[in-house]
Amino acid sequence: MIETKGLRKSFKSRQGRETKTVEAVRGVDLFVQEGEIFGFLGPNGAGKTTTLRMLATLIEPDGGEATIAGADLRQAPGEVRRRIGYVAQGGTTWDEVSAREELVLHARMYGISKAEAQRRAVRALEAFQLTEYADRKCKTYSGGQRRRVDIALGIIHEPKVLFLDEPTTGLDPQSRAHMWDEIRRLRGEGITIFVTTHYLEEADALCDRMAIMDHGLIVAEGTPAELKREISGDVVTVGLNGSTPKAAELFDTEPYIKKLETVDDGGLRLYVDEGATAIPHILRKLDGAGIELGSIELHRPSLDDVFLEKTGRSLRES
Amino acid sequence: MKPFRDTWLIFQRQTLLILRNPVWLIIGVLQPLYFLLLFGPLLKDALPVSNAAEAYRIFVPGLLVMLAMFGAMFTGFGLIAELRAGVIERSRVTPISRVALMLGRALRDVATLLVQALLITLLAIPFGLTVHIGDLLLAFLMLGLIGVMMSAASNALALKLKTEDALAPLMNGLAQPLLLLSGILLPLTGWLATVAKFNPFAWAVDASRALFAGDAGDPKVWQSLLILGALTVAALMWAGRSFARGVR
Repeated sequence: MIETKGLRKSFKSRQGRETKTVEAVRGVDLFVQEGEIFGFLGPNGAGKTTTLRMLATLIEPDGGEATIAGADLRQAPGEVRRRIGYVAQGGTTWDEVSAREELVLHARMYGISKAEAQRRAVRALEAFQLTEYADRKCKTYSGGQRRRVDIALGIIHEPKVLFLDEPTTGLDPQSRAHMWDEIRRLRGEGITIFVTTHYLEEADALCDRMAIMDHGLIVAEGTPAELKREISGDVVTVGLNGSTPKAAELFDTEPYIKKLETVDDGGLRLYVDEGATAIPHILRKLDGAGIELGSIELHRPSLDDVFLEKTGRSLRES
Repeated sequence: MKPFRDTWLIFQRQTLLILRNPVWLIIGVLQPLYFLLLFGPLLKDALPVSNAAEAYRIFVPGLLVMLAMFGAMFTGFGLIAELRAGVIERSRVTPISRVALMLGRALRDVATLLVQALLITLLAIPFGLTVHIGDLLLAFLMLGLIGVMMSAASNALALKLKTEDALAPLMNGLAQPLLLLSGILLPLTGWLATVAKFNPFAWAVDASRALFAGDAGDPKVWQSLLILGALTVAALMWAGRSFARGVR
């Protein structure tokens, strides 16, 4: 649904008297399948928003190519505009008009007739549970309501692809969960969704596949599970009451254990591919050797671990 | 057809917003009204005229040009607010004509200032202003051109500067000399009159006075329309390109 090759963009920035060229995006290759939710992560300044704005036809790429929903980004940006929806980060509604007025006008900007635009507005208001406030001014809405209007605007022309730039930033946990449901519902309607986010748990819970961007390049791409497996696999920590050296000897030759470390307070840290399948083996082995088990713990890597490994930064500090 | 339909869409929305909150429309009338009431009476003695009515016939046509200049000149501030709200970016991801985004807003400014100009003209009649309807329409056409030109230029600058802090000093810096060198307040003489030849608004003021004097055949009229027409086209192209390029 989205395919990019070597997409590039640099900006000239002036610092004092010197003009510096900043390479914001240095060659991005992406492949997004039809009907999936694709997450796009990266620290601030990684080039996420620039990439998104290029794909949404808002800025022109310096180089590379992209096809979105079958239309060529550089040859036919007008056609791309017809087939995509884009919801910017900071909100997109005007204080003094109502959600209904915004929806009707926005639909008409796509060349849709007035009557049809009004019908679609009614449907969108209903789908996003906004009917109750439909004719109040946007400035009276809560953050979550206003965000729902933004998304309703983004899909009023029934696009094939929807770009969402940090759709849940600034929302309270309840509105965020609500937004996730909306996004899943849109996927259910067959819209391919390309979403940037700052929240790893969001990417983990919401996205079918994701890419991590850093310094203008894609540094990792895959399903959340694949990415997590790629970095280290699972860690099984066993607490042993005093018989650590004997157990270490026991596990040293086991093929499913990639690495083994001794824990300071008596115990072993075992690095395995799949914790769930390794644990029965570990238990049986200990039992067979008559070693008493104090405790057992399984740690699965989080996306934060992936992020840290790929970008050298924790997402929280970036 | 599409650019016209798109322009009409934007114009409708923008006009709706003004009608919903007409305070700026009224503030726009206040400035020329103050000049009419508080400055106009002084002119009888300052100008080489025999009575007050004659002074108003010279002063009010210039006042209308001033109204058109200032009415549209500060429209960029509204655009910056729209940029900040994300409305412009949302429009730019749709296939709507880029020229329409700008022209729809410029025509809103023209509509506003023509309503204001009509109001001032009517209010000036009791003071002795006289005009033929044909001449008035021609004068209003000229005011409309000034409105489109100033609106487009103001919006193009707003898209370039992106903050009120940068736009405000620039606009004020331009507004004062343009006003003083237009001959609206007092007739220009000496070297000031020479400098004013490069001020398109000075031409507009002369043409407006000729029209209100019932002299549509005065060469100043077509010359002024030509100059303003060319500048309007240039401003439209500039602003249209700014809207098409990457603005946030």
